[in-house]
Amino acid sequence: MAKGEITINEEYCKGCELCVEFCPKGCIEMSTEKYNSRGLLMPVFAKPEECTGCTTCGFMCPDAAIVVYRFDKDKTPVSED
Amino acid sequence: MNSETAGKSLAYEKPKLINDNKFHFCPGCNYGIIIRLIASVLEEMKLTDKTIGLVSAGCYVQTPWYMDVDFVAALHGRAPAVATGIRRVHPDAFMFCMQGDGDLGAIGMGHFMNAMMRGERWTTIFLNNACYGQTRGQMAPTTLLGMRTTTTQDGRDAEKTGYPLHVAELAATMKGVVYAARCCVNTPANYAKAKKMLKTAFQKQLDGPGMSILELLSACPSNWGLPPKEALAFLTENMIAEYPLGEYKNVEPKIDV
Amino acid sequence: MAETILSTGNEAVGHGALYSGCKYFFGYPITPQNAIPEFMSREMFKAGGSYVQAECETAAINMVFGAAAAGARCMTSTSSPGIALMGEGLGGISASELPAVVVDVVRMGPGWGTVQQGQTDYRLLTKGGGNGGYRCISLAPASVQEVFEFMQTAFYLADKYRIIVYVVSDYILGEMAERLELKTLEFDPLPSKDWAVRGKGNNGGTHNTIVPAVGNIEGGIPGYHLHQDKKYKTIEREEVRYQTYQTEDADLIMVAYGSSARISHEVMKQLRADGVKAGLFRPISLWPFPIEQLRELAEGDVRLITVEDSQGQLVEDVEFAAQGKAPVDLIGVWARDLPTPSGVLTPDNVYQEVKKII
Repeated sequence: MAKGEITINEEYCKGCELCVEFCPKGCIEMSTEKYNSRGLLMPVFAKPEECTGCTTCGFMCPDAAIVVYRFDKDKTPVSED
Repeated sequence: MNSETAGKSLAYEKPKLINDNKFHFCPGCNYGIIIRLIASVLEEMKLTDKTIGLVSAGCYVQTPWYMDVDFVAALHGRAPAVATGIRRVHPDAFMFCMQGDGDLGAIGMGHFMNAMMRGERWTTIFLNNACYGQTRGQMAPTTLLGMRTTTTQDGRDAEKTGYPLHVAELAATMKGVVYAARCCVNTPANYAKAKKMLKTAFQKQLDGPGMSILELLSACPSNWGLPPKEALAFLTENMIAEYPLGEYKNVEPKIDV
Repeated sequence: MAETILSTGNEAVGHGALYSGCKYFFGYPITPQNAIPEFMSREMFKAGGSYVQAECETAAINMVFGAAAAGARCMTSTSSPGIALMGEGLGGISASELPAVVVDVVRMGPGWGTVQQGQTDYRLLTKGGGNGGYRCISLAPASVQEVFEFMQTAFYLADKYRIIVYVVSDYILGEMAERLELKTLEFDPLPSKDWAVRGKGNNGGTHNTIVPAVGNIEGGIPGYHLHQDKKYKTIEREEVRYQTYQTEDADLIMVAYGSSARISHEVMKQLRADGVKAGLFRPISLWPFPIEQLRELAEGDVRLITVEDSQGQLVEDVEFAAQGKAPVDLIGVWARDLPTPSGVLTPDNVYQEVKKII
């Protein structure tokens, strides 16, 4: 069951694929047909159910395009590291 | 968007200090990660009201457009001199000085060495991406041997250009330096280590005299001619081998005569 | 009654800085201005400020950049080769419109030149030393008292217009000693430096960014240059300074600044004694140059003779001002008493040269 979810700001994102690389659960995949206004292929939150809300994709995204949420059931505070 | 909607709470968004301007850095450039790392530590240590940042010539010179603290941009290589002037006028300001490898290690080497000799009190954040990024990829003092750049098109050759420059180790030899370390943000684990080192470096500046220096290896996909993922792999395999991570100096900041 | 002391020109720079409330000096040893940093290394700390001996002049001017960006009155002093090294930094300060005072104790150039007398920086100081065609105000004292007073004027003008102001001394003025009355000059009030960096917490929460580049203000690049040009035109209209000596009935007018003006004044007296109606026009602001005032004199029935210890640089501006309305002659380095570095223009030699011309 998903513990968290992310949003991707497609105007900030440059399609560098690092979020795909760093997500420990492989929740993010590169789309093959979704482009942003600059014609860059976008990553998509493909496997939301795997997301643990660990925030890695958030701070490892070079363009601050990803915001990470955590569902309230799991109230344990997780520091950013 | 960051308001708490029903059933979930915010876990990560960019630090408040970073405004909404889009970063101009190339896709996969580590600078976007690094400036948010700096911003998050400035916020956590409640330094933003008294911070004066310095940037010099390089891709990171745009940082003032993304981070809402006082900034002065210095002419190429001159940041340590500009910072010296600011420090005399504002002894209580919190200062960090971002410099690239060409900026600090080539044109600005004289200023950097003398600032360390004077034991100037600020934190130097040395961005080592082994090339001149902004000018499209020429050799820098930290370019690895055998590494191809626009001015070492057959790979850097020691006979013609000498050897890579090791700044953290060099800084550790200077009495005026109280903290010298090297890290990078190529993995979440190293991101955490870098953050810890940056906090230590910033705390040194608050505790007393002397310069604190954090060298951060940074991938430069465009000029290394590698896609972002492979640029990070190159950094992990080759840059870290030449520039070992770790703390090279960590002493108590006091006048030591 | 203000205190009167015996002071060299170089020390007068130090006193002038103190009387201007300047507390930050960044310099580097170079003959013939060394007495200035030596004075500053004592006095700046006493005044609650700082002195830094930089690693080179390039560093010194960038330290001035930093201190000025931080909102403080600050300065450097050097000699001709140092000004050359400062060119890029001067351009950076001009681009970000920071106020600063730079003292040039001129020595003969180019290159090493000599470590002694010369006036070969005129073009550099009035036409800009670095890239981009920026303007700096240049004040040329001709006495120790004027060195002291022009320092105070320089700091005022620098803050008023957010510009670099040169105080142009030289080997003779710097090393000679004269009576100096230590008085504080009065100036109009100045706006606060809310553009300076001091930590946004000390600025009502708004953060400032200072960048030595063009186009960072409203209107981008054209806006920047139009803004600067408007400022320069205002300065050319309102900040011209000069002095005339017996030019009312003169049919021969010498044009000279700094120590050459003192020498020319002597020659003028000798010529007057010979019955020659000689006068002297002394530019005090080298930029903004007193073009209109000199042009007015040139329109009378006069001959202009430029006296300068160089190969002929001031003479170009004199010719420009005269615009052919009066013959312009030059008495330059050939009127020195010795061909060696220690040679100087002397009243007798200049007098002989004038006699050859008229």
